Amino acid sequence: MEEERVATLDPGPDKVIGPGHDFKSVTEKIGGVVFMPFVRTPRQLFIGFAVAFVLVNLFLVAVTWLFARGVGVWGIVIPVAWGFAIVNFVWWIGIGHAGTLISAILLLLKQDWRTSINRFSEAMTLFAVACAGMFPILHLGRPWLAYWLLPYPNTMWLWPQPRSPLIWDVFAVSTYASVSFLFWFTGLIPDFATMRDSARQSWARKIFGVLAMGWRSSAKHWARYQKAYLLLAGLSTPLVVSVHSVVSFDFSVSILPGWHTTIFPPYFVAGAIYSGFAMVLTLAIPVRRWYHLEDMITMRHIECMSKVMLGTGLIVAYGYGMEAFMAWYSGNQFERFMYWNRAWGGHYWWTYVLLIFCNILIPQALWSRRVRMSVPAVFAIALVVNVGMWLERFVIVVTSLERDFMPSAWGRYYPTFWDIATYAGTIGVFLCLMFLFIRGLPAISMFEMREVVHHEEPSHAHGD
Amino acid sequence: MAQIFHRSSNSLAKVSIAGTLLGLSGLVWAAYEINAGAFITNVAVAREQPVPFSHKHHVTDDGIDCRYCHTSVETSPFAGLPPTETCMSCHSQIWTNAAMLEPVRASFRTGQSIAWTRVHDLPDYVYFNHSIHVNKGIGCATCHGRVDQMPLTYAVNTLYMQWCVECHRNPEKYVRPREQVFNMAYEAPADQLEQGRRLVTQYKIQSLTDCVTCHR
Amino acid sequence: MKEPKYWRSLEELQQSESFRRFAEDEFADRTPDWNDPASRRRFLRVMGASLALGGAAACTKQPKETIVPYVRQPEEFVPGKPLFYATSIMSAGLATGALVESHLGRPTKVEGNPDHPASLGATTPQMQATVLTLYDPDRAQTVTHNGNIDTWGNFVTALAAVRDVADLKKGAGLRLLTGTITSPTLAAQIGEILAAFPQARWHQWEPCGSHTEYAGSVAAFGKAWNAVYRLNRAARIVSLDADFLDPWFPGSLRYTRDYTAKRRDAAQNSTEAPRLYVAESAPSITGGMAEHRFRMRAADIESFAEGLVEGASDPRQHALLKDLEDHRGSSVVIAGRYQQPRVHAIAHLLNERFGNIGSTVIYTDPVEANPTDQVASLRELVAEMRSGAVEALLILGGNPVYDAPADLNFLEALQHVKLRAQLGLYYNETAEWCHWHVPEAHTFESWSDARAWDGTASIVQPLIAPIYNGKTPHEVLGVLLNQADRSAHDTVQDFWRAQHKGTDFSDFWQIALHDGLIAGTAFPEQAPPAARIPEATAASSGVEISFRPDPCVGDGTSSNNAWLQELPKPCNKMTWDNALWISAKTAERFNLGTGDIVELSQAGRKLRGPVWIQPGHADESLTIHFGYGRTRAGRVADGVGFNAYALRASGALWHGAGAQMKRISHGYSFATTQHTQTMEERDPFRLATVDEYRSHPDFARPEGQRVTKDLTLFPMWNYPKYKWGLSIDLTACTGCNACMVACQAENNIAVVGKEEVAKGRHMNWIRLDRYFSGPVDDPQMYFQPVPCMHCEDALCELVCPVAATVHSGEGLNEMVYNRCVGTRYCSNNCPYKVRRFNFYLYSDWYTRSLYGGRNPDVSVRSRGVMEKCSYCVQRINEAKIGAEKEDRPVRDGEIITACQQACPANAIVFGNLNDPESEVSRRKRQQRDYSLLEELNTHPRTTYLARLRHPNPDLEKG
Repeated sequence: MEEERVATLDPGPDKVIGPGHDFKSVTEKIGGVVFMPFVRTPRQLFIGFAVAFVLVNLFLVAVTWLFARGVGVWGIVIPVAWGFAIVNFVWWIGIGHAGTLISAILLLLKQDWRTSINRFSEAMTLFAVACAGMFPILHLGRPWLAYWLLPYPNTMWLWPQPRSPLIWDVFAVSTYASVSFLFWFTGLIPDFATMRDSARQSWARKIFGVLAMGWRSSAKHWARYQKAYLLLAGLSTPLVVSVHSVVSFDFSVSILPGWHTTIFPPYFVAGAIYSGFAMVLTLAIPVRRWYHLEDMITMRHIECMSKVMLGTGLIVAYGYGMEAFMAWYSGNQFERFMYWNRAWGGHYWWTYVLLIFCNILIPQALWSRRVRMSVPAVFAIALVVNVGMWLERFVIVVTSLERDFMPSAWGRYYPTFWDIATYAGTIGVFLCLMFLFIRGLPAISMFEMREVVHHEEPSHAHGD
Repeated sequence: MAQIFHRSSNSLAKVSIAGTLLGLSGLVWAAYEINAGAFITNVAVAREQPVPFSHKHHVTDDGIDCRYCHTSVETSPFAGLPPTETCMSCHSQIWTNAAMLEPVRASFRTGQSIAWTRVHDLPDYVYFNHSIHVNKGIGCATCHGRVDQMPLTYAVNTLYMQWCVECHRNPEKYVRPREQVFNMAYEAPADQLEQGRRLVTQYKIQSLTDCVTCHR
Repeated sequence: MKEPKYWRSLEELQQSESFRRFAEDEFADRTPDWNDPASRRRFLRVMGASLALGGAAACTKQPKETIVPYVRQPEEFVPGKPLFYATSIMSAGLATGALVESHLGRPTKVEGNPDHPASLGATTPQMQATVLTLYDPDRAQTVTHNGNIDTWGNFVTALAAVRDVADLKKGAGLRLLTGTITSPTLAAQIGEILAAFPQARWHQWEPCGSHTEYAGSVAAFGKAWNAVYRLNRAARIVSLDADFLDPWFPGSLRYTRDYTAKRRDAAQNSTEAPRLYVAESAPSITGGMAEHRFRMRAADIESFAEGLVEGASDPRQHALLKDLEDHRGSSVVIAGRYQQPRVHAIAHLLNERFGNIGSTVIYTDPVEANPTDQVASLRELVAEMRSGAVEALLILGGNPVYDAPADLNFLEALQHVKLRAQLGLYYNETAEWCHWHVPEAHTFESWSDARAWDGTASIVQPLIAPIYNGKTPHEVLGVLLNQADRSAHDTVQDFWRAQHKGTDFSDFWQIALHDGLIAGTAFPEQAPPAARIPEATAASSGVEISFRPDPCVGDGTSSNNAWLQELPKPCNKMTWDNALWISAKTAERFNLGTGDIVELSQAGRKLRGPVWIQPGHADESLTIHFGYGRTRAGRVADGVGFNAYALRASGALWHGAGAQMKRISHGYSFATTQHTQTMEERDPFRLATVDEYRSHPDFARPEGQRVTKDLTLFPMWNYPKYKWGLSIDLTACTGCNACMVACQAENNIAVVGKEEVAKGRHMNWIRLDRYFSGPVDDPQMYFQPVPCMHCEDALCELVCPVAATVHSGEGLNEMVYNRCVGTRYCSNNCPYKVRRFNFYLYSDWYTRSLYGGRNPDVSVRSRGVMEKCSYCVQRINEAKIGAEKEDRPVRDGEIITACQQACPANAIVFGNLNDPESEVSRRKRQQRDYSLLEELNTHPRTTYLARLRHPNPDLEKG
C-alpha cells in the first residue's frame, strides 16, 4: 500500500514536483509536518530518535572516560599516533560538503532540482561539521589547552605556529562552519515568517517570530534577500573547495609515504562531495518515505544525485589510480613499499580491498538507469559509499603510519572499544540533531518550492 | 491579527547585534585582566610568614648586604635562604626574648626548619638561575623591586613569561654595571639605553630566547 | 663490495611450519587486547594510581608553596648545586667505583668513577639502576620477628643470647651464610668471629659467582688464581663461552673499554684491528661483536677447546690456531664462567702455550676473601641443617631459598634450624622463612669496603642516612663480637687504620674517601706453575639446558627494579619476561613456536615457561635466565616470568643435558620494544670489512646518496656560537644497554609496564635497534643506538601547531613539555620515530618515596605531552652558565651527555661542531660518517660511524 502511494505521488524522473500543487498546498504540506500533533509523528521517527539518543549517551560515557584517563584509552601508539579520531574528523568534514555545494554552487548554476533538498542538506552539513569539529579537540593529549591553537594575546607572548597545517585547519573549519550556518539560517528566514503566520499557539508564534527577524515579505525585503542570498552563495562557493583542500594538507604537507602527495587536495574534495551526496541520499530517502514527500523529493532528485555520485566517484577512482601509479613511477623505495603494504602486504590490506569495492566497483551500477530509478538500490549504494569513504580515510591514516621509514620503529594499530564508542557516539549526535530538525523546522524550503510551482505550472499556481 | 511584538523590539534587535560583539570582547578583556591581576599573580600581596621578617629593617636600618643571607646568589641557580643559624648569629645577642622571634629560637632548639611562604614562585617547569643573571649585571631590584623598603616582603612583578621575555629580548634596557647589582637604591641613568648597549657588549650578554633557556 | 643482506628475523627466510605462526602475526608479542581488565590491573600495579585526572585544571593560579632552609647548613654545601661522592657498587661481591650525584642530600644519579680501574668512568645498566632500588618503596622497612614488626634493640638482645650460647659451646651450631665476600673489613670481622668461636662455620653462596673460574684454576694449577686480562694488548681474542662484554662478567666495563678502544683506534688510525672469535650456545653481545662466532651447544665447547690443544680437526680450529700462532703474546683465550672447570684449565694451558701469560693475561691472588668451592660449602651447610647440627643460622644478604640449587632443597633443610635470622634489602623469599629479618642498608646508605675484580680495595661510603634504619653486615656481626654499638664507619676506618703504616692516617683516609679507592691495592702479578688439564668428564648428549643470569635483572637481586625490568634484553628486545630461548631448527623438531608455553623437565624437576625462538641459538640446546619468577620481591617483580633456579642442579650449575619439553598451551604474549621481524632492503646500519674500507673509503656514503644542504626552500639556520652534535661509533658499540638506563635516570623517564610496552608505548629516549644479517640459524647481530637526530631541517618543528617543538640557536631540536597540547603530529612526521608520548599519566606522581631519586633539573612530564631526547640540555645549560661566568667558551668535553658518560665503549661523543678541533668534529670528519635516511634531507646532527669488521680471510672464504 506504501508502494502505491509512491506510485501515485511520485511524478517520475522529469519532474521536480508532483502534479496538482499550488502555493497553498506546498506551504501546508511542508509546514504541516512541523505543526503535526506530537502523537501523529511517524513511528519511525520515534524509533530512530531513541536509537540515536542511546548512542549519544554512549558518546558521553566514552568522552568522560577519555578525559579521565587520557588518549591512551584509544588504540593509538607510537608510530600510529593518529587513529579513529582523525579518520572520523575527515569523514564528517567530507559529509559536510554536500550542503554547501548543493545550496551554493547549484544555486549559482540555477539547478532547480536542488530546491527541495538544499534545506536539509545544509542542516546535515551543519551537524556533520559539528561532529567533525569535536574530534580535533578530543584527540588532543591535553584537550583543556585546545584554545592555544587560537591566536589570542597572552601572557606567554606566544602565537600559534603558522606553518602547521593544523592551524590552517582551525581557520578553514571554523570559517566553513559559520558560513554554512549563516547560509542555512538566511534561507530559513522567509519560512520562519510563514511558520510564524500559520502557527496557532502564541508561544510558537513568538519563537518563529524572533527567528523570522521581523520578516514581512515586502518587495523590498525580497529584493535585498535575493542579493544577500546570492552573495552568501558566492562567498561559500570557494569554501567548498578550500575546506577539504586544507584538511588534505594535514596529510600532504607531512613527509610520510602515503600522505606526502600533491594529488590529495582535488582528490579529497571530490571524495568529500562523493560522501556528502551519499549521505544526503541516505537521509532523504527515508524522510521522503516517512513524511510522504515523494511528490517534492522526486525521482528526478534521486537520479540527479546518483549522477553526481557517479561522477565524483570516478574522480576518486582516478585519485586511487594516481596514487598507485606515482608509487611505481616515483621509483622511491619507500613509496613503493607503502603501496605494496597498503594494498597487499600490510595487516590492513583487506580494508583497502573493501574500499575499492565500496567506492569504485559497486557504484558503477549507477550507470544503469534502472538502478538509478530503483529507490532501494540507490539507497543501498549510498550506504555502501558512506562506508567506503570512511575506509578510505582509515587506510590513508593507519596503513601509512604503521610502517614508514625505520623498520625498527614499525608498529601496529588496534582500535579499542573506546575508539568505536566515540565514533558511534558522534553518529548518534548527528542523527539526533537531524531528527529534531526534520520534526521541528520546515525540512524543505517552502518559499523556494512556491517558486518551483510558479515555474512548473503557472496556471493554477494561485489555485483557481 | 494582533502584532506579536511591540515595535520597540525592532530597535532592540539592532542593539543586540552590537551588544553581542561588545559582550564577547568584554569577556576576553576581563579574563586577561584577572589573569594579570593580584588574585592570580599575588603581585603586591604581602604573604603570611611564620615570622614577620622585615627586609626594610634589616637592609635599610641595619645595612645588611643581600649576600649575608642569600649566600649562593652569585654561584648557584638558587639564591639561598639563610639557615636558622644565620638568624641566631645576631639574635642570640639581641632581641633574645622577643616573642616575635620565638619560632626562630624554637627552630634552633628543636632543629626543625622554619617553613617560609614562597613569595617568588616560578612554575616547576621553569628553570631560573640567579647566578648568571647577577653575573651579567641584572640588579636584585630589577626583578624583586625595592625589597629594602618592604616591611613585609611581596612580589612586584608577575614573573609571567612575557615579563621575562621582555628583558631577554632587550637586555640593554635593564642591565646595570656589575658593581651596582646589589645596590638597591640604584637609579637607571638617563642614558640607560646607551650604557646598556655598552654593557651588553662588555659583558657578552646574549639575548637568549630559546625555549630551553628556561624550559627542559 | 658485496652488500650484506640484512633481515630482522626469520619468516622471509624460514618457511617452515613452526614459523608460520610466528609470521602470521608479525607481532609475536602482541595480541589485540580490548582493554581487558587483567592488563589494566597489571598496568596500575606498576604505575600506581594514575587513574586520577592528570592536571585537569588549565587554571594557572599557583598553589601556596613553602620553602624550608636548613637549621644548620653544612659548610661545603651550596644550595642548588649537586655534590658528587665516590663510592662503590657491588655486583656478585665485586666492587666497581662510582661517583654518585647528590642533590640536597638525595642521591639522584650514578656515574662511573674515572679513577677506578674497574670503571674508568663507565657504568653498567645495573649500576645506573641502583638509584631506583634505593628509593624502592618495597624495600624492607622494619625489623621483623616471626613476621611481626619488632625493634633492632630486641634483635640485638636475641643475637646476644646466641652469642652467649656460642661462648659456652665454642660456637658449635652457629653458622654464617653470606654471598661472595671481598670486603677486607668484613672478612676480618668474620675472621675474629671464627677465632672467637672455633666451632662456628662460615658458608658462602653466590648464585652467579665465580665458581668455575676458581675450580678451573685449582684444576690447572692446584691453587685458586685470579686471571686478569689485558685486552688493550690483545690482537686476537678467543672466547670460550666468555661473555666478557656483559655486565655480569667481572671487569666487563674495563674489558669493554680496552677492547673497543683498540677497535676504534684501528678504524681511525688504521692500526691493526683486534679479531674476536667466540664459541657460545646462546647469542650474547660478545657474540655480536665477534668476527667469527662458532655456534655450538655449551657442552660441545669443551671438545672444541680440546681440539685447539690436541691439534685442530676441523678447518675453523685450523684457521684459529694459525691466527693464534701468528700472534704469540698478543693473543688471549678466555674461558667463561658458564663452562666446566676443565675448559678453564684448557684456556690457561693455551695462554701458556701461546706465551700470553704476563702480557695479555696475568694471574693474581684470588679477589675473594675465601675462595672456597661454594657449592660444596652450601651442600655441607644443608646437610648439617638437616641433621639438626645447626642451631643458629645468620644469613647476611642473599636469598638462598630462591636461588640455591634445586636439588639441595635448601628450604626444607632450613626449617630444621632453631634460630634463623636474615639481613636483607628486601623482605624476600628467604626472609619469609626466617625468625628474624633485619632491613639491610643500601650501598648508598652504608659504610663498607670491597675489592674490584683486580683486587683494588674500594671504599663504600654513604650518601644518605639509612631511609629505613637499615643496618650493614658490619653492625650485625658487631653484635656477635660484643660491639653492638660500634658504627660501621668506625669498624671500616679502624680496619684501615690498622692496615695503614705511617702516621698520616687522616690524610690517607681523606684521599681514600675522595678517590673512592685505596691506591696501589691492586693485587700484584704472580707467576703460576705450568698448567695441566684434568681428566675429561663424560660428554653429555641430548637436549641441554643452559642457565644464565638475566642480561637485565641478573641473578634476581635487582628483580624489583622497574628500570631493569623494562630494559629490553639486548639480543631479543624482550621486556618484563624471561623465556626458553631455542633455535629455529630445534623448535621445528619439537613443533614449537614463539609464545608456546611448554613444561620443561630435567631430572624430575619441572617448570613452565614460554618459548622464544632466538636466531643464532645453538641447536639441541635451550637457554633460560635467572632473576624471574619471584614471589616475595615486590610490586614490580612478583609473578613476572618463571624461576629458572627451579631446574638448576648443584651438579650442573650452568648447563646440563637431558631436558624434556612438553607443549602445554600457546599464545603467550611477550612485550618487545622492537616489533618488526622483517628487515626491508634498507640500510640504516652500514658496515664493511677493514679491507673493503681501505679499497672503498666512501662505502658508508657513496657519491650517489649524498644530499647537499641547499636543497631546501627555507633559509638554513646559522649558528654563530655553538653547534651541538653527536657522533655514534658503530664499530665500538656493543649494545650493552648502559646508555638506555643512564638516559632514563638522568631524564626522569617513566616506566610504563608490560602491556603498554607491548602496545608500542615504551618511553626510552634512546633505543638500541638490533639487526641480523646472514644465514638465519647463525646470523651476525648488530646494534645501533637511536636517540633524537636533532635535524637541521626538522620535520617535527614544521608541523607543531603551538610551537612546542622548535629549533634553538645552537641547533637543538627543543621539546617544550609545558607548551605541548599533544596533537602527536610531530611523531607522525618524524621519520626516525624517536618521539615518545605520555598516553597516560606515566610518571608516578603518587609514590612519595620515588620523589627523592628524580633529577631536579628535568621536568617530570605529565599526561598528554610529547617527549624525546634533548641532548641532555640541562647539562648543556649548566656548562654554558659556568663558562659564561668565567667569561670563556665551553671547553670540548665539558658537556657530556648521560649516554656518553655511561658508555663503556666510548662509542658516543657529544660536542660543538663549530669547533673543528672538538672530538666530535674529528670523528665526523672520518669517511665512515653517515646519517640515517640522508635522502630525506633532514640533515641529522646525530650521525653514525659505520662498523668495521676484521674477519679472518681463511674463514671468510668458507
